[in-house]
Amino acid sequence: MWLRELWLVLVGILFTGYFILEGFDYGVGMLHPFINHTDGEKRASLSAIGPTWSANEVWLVAAGGALFAAFPDWYATMFSGFYLALILILLGLIVRGVGIEYRSQDKNLKWRTTWDWLIFAGSFLTTVLWAVAFANIVRGVPITAHKIDVGGFGSLINGFSLWAALTFVLVFLVQGGAYLAIKGDSRSRKQGRRVAGKAAWPAALALAIWFVWMDRLPSSAGHVDALAVILQVLAVLAVVAGWLSGYFTKHAGSFVLSSLSIASTTFSLFRILFPRVMVSSLNPRWSLTIYNASSTTYTLQIMSVTALIILPIILGYQTWLYWTFRKPVKDEEMGY
Amino acid sequence: MTQLGWAELQFGVTTIFHFFFVPVTIGLSFLIAILETIYVRTKNQVYRDLAKFWGHLFLINFAVGVVTGLLQEFQFGLDWATYSKFVGAVFGAPLAVEALAAFFLESTFIGAWAFGWDRLSARAHAVAIWLVVLGTSLSAFWILTANSWMQEPVGYAISHGRAVMTSFGDILTNPQLWVEFPHTELAALLTGSFFMLAISAYQIWRKKNVEAFSRSFRVSTIVAAITSVLVIFVGDAQAAHLVKAQPMKLAAAEALWNTSSKHAPWSVVATINAKNHTDPFQIQIPELLTLLAYKRLSGAVEGINQVQAQMVHRYGPGNYIPPVAVTFYSFRTMIFAGTAMMALAYYALYLLRKNRFTQKRWFLRILTGAIALPYLANSAGWIMTEVGRQPWVVYGLQLTAHGVSPKASVSSLDIELSLLGFAAFYGAIAYAAIHLWKKAIRQGLDPDPDFEQRAGEPKDLLFGTGGVSD
Ligand code: HDD
Ligand code: HEM
Ligand code: HEM
Repeated sequence: MWLRELWLVLVGILFTGYFILEGFDYGVGMLHPFINHTDGEKRASLSAIGPTWSANEVWLVAAGGALFAAFPDWYATMFSGFYLALILILLGLIVRGVGIEYRSQDKNLKWRTTWDWLIFAGSFLTTVLWAVAFANIVRGVPITAHKIDVGGFGSLINGFSLWAALTFVLVFLVQGGAYLAIKGDSRSRKQGRRVAGKAAWPAALALAIWFVWMDRLPSSAGHVDALAVILQVLAVLAVVAGWLSGYFTKHAGSFVLSSLSIASTTFSLFRILFPRVMVSSLNPRWSLTIYNASSTTYTLQIMSVTALIILPIILGYQTWLYWTFRKPVKDEEMGY
Repeated sequence: MTQLGWAELQFGVTTIFHFFFVPVTIGLSFLIAILETIYVRTKNQVYRDLAKFWGHLFLINFAVGVVTGLLQEFQFGLDWATYSKFVGAVFGAPLAVEALAAFFLESTFIGAWAFGWDRLSARAHAVAIWLVVLGTSLSAFWILTANSWMQEPVGYAISHGRAVMTSFGDILTNPQLWVEFPHTELAALLTGSFFMLAISAYQIWRKKNVEAFSRSFRVSTIVAAITSVLVIFVGDAQAAHLVKAQPMKLAAAEALWNTSSKHAPWSVVATINAKNHTDPFQIQIPELLTLLAYKRLSGAVEGINQVQAQMVHRYGPGNYIPPVAVTFYSFRTMIFAGTAMMALAYYALYLLRKNRFTQKRWFLRILTGAIALPYLANSAGWIMTEVGRQPWVVYGLQLTAHGVSPKASVSSLDIELSLLGFAAFYGAIAYAAIHLWKKAIRQGLDPDPDFEQRAGEPKDLLFGTGGVSD
């Protein structure tokens, strides 16, 4: 039955959208206190993501909702199993979102610096923990025959997941830098270009190592096919090509390429998992798959019709939003 | 406290907190849309300034509503994993549709609206805020579709120990939904209008931009007068619906231990002895409960003991009685707050027509304090709805105790730690939001010195929501 495959792809698309769009928001957030020195610079770089960050976050909300409806067991097992990690992600998202909206509304220096650091901490924590979560989905967590993850927070911390954290941070820095390079005011455009340039090579290297590591995990045995490898190679090459493109000052091209890298990474991950959605480290047969974790045919049909009607409309008005705010932030003029 | 107890507390605290902000988002966006439409029609600059002033307060509110909602979306999987597996195929669908059909719309156009004062034409800008109104109301509709299904499961079958959807149409035409959604939506519009009314009254009282704030006073009074009556009407229909749908909730809301006579009185206040199943002291209005339940002058209302016996018969041994005192007093709180708001709104309307409202300083003070009333009514209404459904999480299908996440993956300590985290963070952002509200209100329509203007900056930066580009 192809409905489950369709919904795996849709969930994959929603997470990909989230990582691409919030990838640059988190990148800008992580860079925020470091590359901006004067207050005007800080406001300019926040204004670059101002009109869109909230709409970008909805990709995550939609991914969560889609998981719940299409794969209830995946939703339930993952969120209860990764409990503390997800709580930290949520706390990070909470201070970060409020921080972006509130920081410039009071001139008090302490107020502003506090929020500046919270925006950084929230962006960083969220990036790191999503990396840790996805790394462990592939690597395997102790899921019992009753689809209960008994691992706890400690089981999430291992070499592979920490390397994933480093990789995601670097990739999001490239993504954030590339975004600023096209959307910032004249100074943050320069800063963004510099960061993207510097982080690109380490990011490509970290990604390559992570992929090699992933392909050799016991849980990957028998799941790494040509398509997965092609996607992985593409992800690494896209970062390098993005760097080259930036070198030739094609900044929009750089941004498109680093987005492509994130998309390939996400899809290669789903490809290696397929048809599993969470690997059990206790017994491969206890892994969650799109077959044993999915909702019913009727629900999937209803949801498919709804999604196919609504998604094009969403893409339409989100494109309109980015088009309306396509011009870079002008020097000394900012909404935040 | 048990793991279940902590999970319930966490759900209650975080959801009530989310619902402090949600109704203001829904209601205030509607009122701002009206102000902006008047501006587009009349080109009177005052309405644009007002839209911006209220828009600023709105955005402070919206930020908290969005980030707390994020938690809500994941809360079911975090603390209620067994419930999520049981209901996912039914309950997950409206949640997913909410994200697709409502949240994208609302957050896209709020971004465009907040940053688009100069990027969009006046007309397109007004359309953007109307789309926000549509988005927030759709969001209420879809989440209440999910909630109504927990109150009154329809369109489902049980297969392999799980609820599966058999008819999406039935879920959308759930009779519970069609009282719950209008009531909540109207309550949100009333909340927004009292928010505006109270703050306008405060500005008039301290003689700040009196001319301008009289206009928002007028608009919000009219909306409050209309919605306060309608919300009570629909609430009344909701109570009548409970007679059939959840007789236990209604009996508990009335602290009615034993089935009444054909002429049931309504208790205004009562002391409740839940151990002995009695109400030692009551002040009652004759006939009113019968009227509330049946809309006619004769009819007995079933009591807690009798419904309990029926439920034991139907579902097996167990205690099916919710916390009676909580249900009773939260129902009373909502009704008194609602009645008070209606009275205030009509007195304000009367003064408006006599054109005397700027002089009644004591009344302006009262209206300012009345900002607490919708918050009280909303929280109380939800506490009644959710606590009154206990011990069920899905009425008649799953007990709350059977829905919580397995202890092997989520320990009591995990929940305690996270609750501590949420309490601290929510406390801090509430403090920050109140600080910014106070600052903005003090500023009135004057430029904010904290938003220092620079050469070439458009005036729109006044409220921190000006254009970004060009
Ligand atoms: C401004 C807010 C507000 C006001 C003034 C009222 N309500 Fe309300 N009420 C709500 C806000 C609310 C709510 C928070 O929005 C609830 C929770 C669930 C729902 O459907 O709406 C609610 C629930 C709720 C329920 C429970 C429904 C259920 O469990 O299925 C009943 C019976 C009423 N209301 C009845 C009333 C009556 C008779 C009112 C007359 C004064 C009233 N409400 C005023
Ligand atoms: C419309 C969306 C809502 C859904 C789907 C929903 C769902 C739930 C669920 C699953 C529970 C069971 C867990 C528990 O017992 O703690 C619950 C309980 C509860 N909910 Fe809701 N809820 C909704 C709205 C609200 C709102 C808006 C409030 C408050 C403002 C609220 C207040 C509560 C409280 C206080 C409990 C705890 C009841 C108890 O401890 O006995 N709910 N709700
Ligand atoms: C427990 C159930 C609930 C869940 C899972 C939930 C989920 C969410 C989520 C994920 C968001 C953020 C959306 C974004 O990122 O833009 C949000 C915001 C919102 N929610 Fe809830 N919510 C719940 C209860 C409610 C209720 C009962 C209502 C209304 C009746 C409501 C109405 C809204 C609205 C209007 C917003 C817009 C933002 C704002 O509040 O300021 N929600 N909710």
